[in-house]
Amino acid sequence: MGKYFGKKFIVYVFTFAVAITINWAAPRFMPGDPIQSLLNRFGNIEGGTEIIHSNFSQLFGLDKPILQQYLGFWKSIFTGDLGISIHSFPSPVFDIIKSAILYDIIIMVPSIILSWIVGNNLGAISGMKKKADNFLMPFFYFLSSAPYFWFAVIVVFVFSVQFGLFPVGGAYSSTMIPRFSFNFIVDFLRHWFLPFFSMFLIQLGGWAIGMRNMILYERSSNYSKYMKALGSSEKLIRNYGFRNGILPQVTGLALRLSNIIGGMVMVQMVFSYPGLGYQMLQAIMNQDYFLLQGCFIFIIILVLVSNFIIDIVYMLIDPRVRLSYSEEV
Amino acid sequence: MSILKKVLKNNENLYYAFSNKKVIFGLVIFSAVILLAIIGPMITPYGYEEYAGVGYQSPSKDHFFGTTLFGQDVFTRTVHGLRMTLKVGFFAGSIAAILGCVIGFISGYYSGTLLDEGLMMITNLFLTLPTIPLIVTLTAFMEYRGMFILSLLVGVTNWPWVARAVRSQTLAIKNTEYVNLSKISSVSVFKIIRQDVAANMFSYVFMVFIILFQGTILAAVGLEFLGLGPTRGISLGLVIRTAVNWNAVELGMWWWAILPGAVLTIMIISLYFVNTGLDQVFNPRLREM
Repeated sequence: MGKYFGKKFIVYVFTFAVAITINWAAPRFMPGDPIQSLLNRFGNIEGGTEIIHSNFSQLFGLDKPILQQYLGFWKSIFTGDLGISIHSFPSPVFDIIKSAILYDIIIMVPSIILSWIVGNNLGAISGMKKKADNFLMPFFYFLSSAPYFWFAVIVVFVFSVQFGLFPVGGAYSSTMIPRFSFNFIVDFLRHWFLPFFSMFLIQLGGWAIGMRNMILYERSSNYSKYMKALGSSEKLIRNYGFRNGILPQVTGLALRLSNIIGGMVMVQMVFSYPGLGYQMLQAIMNQDYFLLQGCFIFIIILVLVSNFIIDIVYMLIDPRVRLSYSEEV
Repeated sequence: MSILKKVLKNNENLYYAFSNKKVIFGLVIFSAVILLAIIGPMITPYGYEEYAGVGYQSPSKDHFFGTTLFGQDVFTRTVHGLRMTLKVGFFAGSIAAILGCVIGFISGYYSGTLLDEGLMMITNLFLTLPTIPLIVTLTAFMEYRGMFILSLLVGVTNWPWVARAVRSQTLAIKNTEYVNLSKISSVSVFKIIRQDVAANMFSYVFMVFIILFQGTILAAVGLEFLGLGPTRGISLGLVIRTAVNWNAVELGMWWWAILPGAVLTIMIISLYFVNTGLDQVFNPRLREM
């Protein structure tokens, strides 16, 4: 067990370090001068220049030598001091992120789990039945070919404009006050459904196509031919193929996490759903670089934690990995 | 015509490729979209920012894709934008393919060494990093974004899975007898990789490139939609971005937001068809089905 996690852990730590370094280097070494453009924007506001100067010297420490700046950046990350948002002054970036990350999780977790289950099962059916395959496959191709944001626009068009079933924009109606009441929860869920549903559909096609190909591959293997010769039912053959095909699908989940997060940024933009991705884009529009950096760091943390969870799940469902660590094999 | 037949007869793979219905179907649609991107901007009488007629018009004979709120022709905008998006996707795909192949070959050929470990570490790192937020963070600090720098960014973030796929294929080929023979004959590593390894993976790499192209186009159009596309000119993502920003769908102008994306989606689906068709061509076992 130690070796399996040890190796993964090194990659994660390394990834995190690189991400932080990129985050630190981007404003310093990219062409263009973000600090100057910020000063230009806020220079004419009373006290604006001082605020930015103190803000920047606090987080960036621009007057210090470069190595010290770098170490200082790390220190500020571990103390959770990510600076103050310029756009929604004076709330700290950390507080904005804390409230935003919840929206990411309630969209991401259910959509990944549900699309994974439904997609794999539909893919298995498609792999076994030629008739179902003929109309399911083009549909899956369509789902996995469409640009994420374009797909979200279609979902808005169909469910919100044509049928008028769900509202679009924000996490709840602007007239509502967030509290624990029946009306608020219904309103919240109605706003939640379309972003969730878009994310669900976006991921569905990929899982289904992957599982279909795995089932086709398993069906051509000797053991399933032998089972067929023994006269076992289609369902039994499918179940065996499904168990073998599910493992690459779990690894696939880890590989596609980066794509899923990218899709979420776009979907949040279409729905103005106030998760990390939306905050990130708002930060760019308002040139709020502290918020941008904070969002990036937390998206990385989100991805790494999810990866770690997938690793654990993989270990639990793959008998080879599981048994080799309890030394039964 | 007779030359074509001769070429087809001499090359088995090409022959099967051009007798596969899926490949032909996919290629026809793919070429149609490419043609649209090439010829489209020449045949439309309007400029993409130009006032072309009354705004808020649904698709008609004069305006194939209707007009925007401000009376611009959506078709003109789409074909101009398509051009830019395809260019970015193509350059990015090429960069990613070259990077992925080179790293995959080297890592696979020197498998088990420290070099391989290091390269795979970097590959895994790039696989874990969420690419869209990464590019967003980088481009946010640029005041000017050209087509080339965008292609570079998209290309540099999309190669890792290619490297892994190529590496595993290289591992399989590496221990064959003809590679060993080349090694004994002290043929240079570069030549072994080029003549023995790469030559045998050509069909595989070609298919990888198709999938890669799909991915980089989608990434490019996504960035454009987020407002981080090329700062000059128009791109497909930008067309849809303006439409969404002006609530086109809520105003009932579905043609403005949905038709431009449909063109791109159709093209990517056609590439799927080419890919599954080619899969049958290159893996004879799949042909019977």
